Amino acid sequence: MLWERVSDILQLQQLEFTVEEKQILKNISLTINEGKFIGIIGPNGSGKTTMLKIVYRHLKQTSGSVTLHEKEIWDIPPKKLAQQMAVVSQDSPVLFDFTVKELVMMGRTPYKKWLSTDNSEDFNIVEKSMKLANVFHLADCTLNNLSGGEKKRVMLARALAQQTNILVLDEPTNHLDIEHQLNLMDLVKDLPITIIAALHDLNLAAAFCDEVIVMNDGTVYMQGTPQQVLTKQTLEEVFRVQVGVSTNPYTNKIHLYYYT
Amino acid sequence: MNKSKYSLWISLLVIVLLGSMIGAIMVGSVGITPSLIVEVILYKLGILEQTNATNAQQIIILEIRVPRVLLAAIVGASLAICGAAIQALVKNSIADPYILGVSSGASVGATSVILLGTFSFLGMYALSFAAFLGAISAVIIVFFLARVGGRSSMIRLLLSGIAVSMVLSAVTNFMLMMSKEQGGIQAVMHWMLGSLGGAKWSNVWIPFFTFFIVFTLLTLSYRKLNALLLGEETAATLGINIERFRIFIILIVSLLTGVAVAVSGSIGFVGLIVPHIVRMLFGTNYKIVLPLSAIIGAIFIVCADVGARVLIAPEEMPIGIITALCGGPFFIWLLRRQRYAMGEGE
Repeated sequence: MLWERVSDILQLQQLEFTVEEKQILKNISLTINEGKFIGIIGPNGSGKTTMLKIVYRHLKQTSGSVTLHEKEIWDIPPKKLAQQMAVVSQDSPVLFDFTVKELVMMGRTPYKKWLSTDNSEDFNIVEKSMKLANVFHLADCTLNNLSGGEKKRVMLARALAQQTNILVLDEPTNHLDIEHQLNLMDLVKDLPITIIAALHDLNLAAAFCDEVIVMNDGTVYMQGTPQQVLTKQTLEEVFRVQVGVSTNPYTNKIHLYYYT
Repeated sequence: MNKSKYSLWISLLVIVLLGSMIGAIMVGSVGITPSLIVEVILYKLGILEQTNATNAQQIIILEIRVPRVLLAAIVGASLAICGAAIQALVKNSIADPYILGVSSGASVGATSVILLGTFSFLGMYALSFAAFLGAISAVIIVFFLARVGGRSSMIRLLLSGIAVSMVLSAVTNFMLMMSKEQGGIQAVMHWMLGSLGGAKWSNVWIPFFTFFIVFTLLTLSYRKLNALLLGEETAATLGINIERFRIFIILIVSLLTGVAVAVSGSIGFVGLIVPHIVRMLFGTNYKIVLPLSAIIGAIFIVCADVGARVLIAPEEMPIGIITALCGGPFFIWLLRRQRYAMGEGE
């Protein structure tokens, strides 16, 4: 196994975030258990991305705290944090021509000091990560020649090379066709680490997540298993559309129908 | 690029660089043969007991041409690596080392020395000193203008660089306008277009050591420079303290650019195109972009300086005219190529 099991617990307490007097996040408190695949859903502007950005320390909360392993994340040195949490953010603009191999190797950055070179362990990890993300056959291609789905998988491989216990994904299936969406979610679900993913597609959340957090208007509306959370009442109230809830006969997972 | 191919290219380019340096020492009003150059240098180093070279030949080689060629190589390499680093810093492929106001600041300093005689107590070092001071002051102003709430935004950095450059150019132009001295005005023009004519041993050492230190620091930071290209957010999640790293890069790059400009004026185009050529041929990994940029930048300026000396001899052509004349069309050709991404990403 690539990863050691450590009881990682991420905790958000009374988290608030305000920009120019507009309150984006209001009093968010939640706990994320280790090893689970957590989906975050909610309408546009409900604060999903903002909350994730605070969790991976791109933004600083106005008040409240985020603790990783009972330690406030802002007290953790950047390298240490990068060894515990990897992120595939929504826009990963890649400039110039990097090869896939070079890019995945960048996932090893948090483990490197000024004078350290890439050793055989790094090359092994990079190879494993590329195989896991199904981009090994592209190792020597340059990024600009890849499709959207392939690029996403390369970014995922880079995050896997960080060998963290937590992986944060912001809308990982955006712009992907259905085959690549399902492949990516399958791949992520099998990882033995904690996954926190903001998702737009509720049926994907229903099919893959162990737990779903519903956000609405900057607050956590509900948290629970897909069965508990994805109900007609909740969805109609939060997403303001008519919803029919049924079961996908092929997977036995919840399947949602929308109408207005 | 794999290791053996990389070392092959490096050795090939080093040979080209040494060859062009020897060629550059040969060319000039007094013709000198390659064997004579080697002989004189070996004699000077104490390896050879005696030499057939006349005293005059020795002085031309050792005191005039060698320092000039060395300075050309150092300035070319410096501007090329500074350009490469700045392009990663602002994640913008049209950036060059002067984007932070270095050259316009240096111009104000140099112009005030040439036209108004400022810092005359420093004698022959006044020009370099004033240019360096102007360059560094301009960068400091640009840097603080770009800071908002303790963070520096890269687009603000670019825009304040442009704004400060405009204001400082206006100051230079005003001084030129008000000057009555025809000779002084021409001297300023010459300086602004760049020249290695002032090269002597005493002003080779500071650029050399600054280059050596900055090149080492940049090469050791190649992972961080690579990560910057992935975007600020991703770089931060890779454990890089973005704000601190940016200040570090701005500091060392402006120091080296300031030193280069102080000894040679603002030679254009090297810092912009050399990193592009390297990326086009060898990929984006800064681990190889930095050393290759340094070597190719050095070759480019050594050759351009030969052109500057011989094209309109006995007059000397400002080297900036040559770099722009060669660099411009080449860059246009590069732009028209389909394959090269030019750093647009998507």
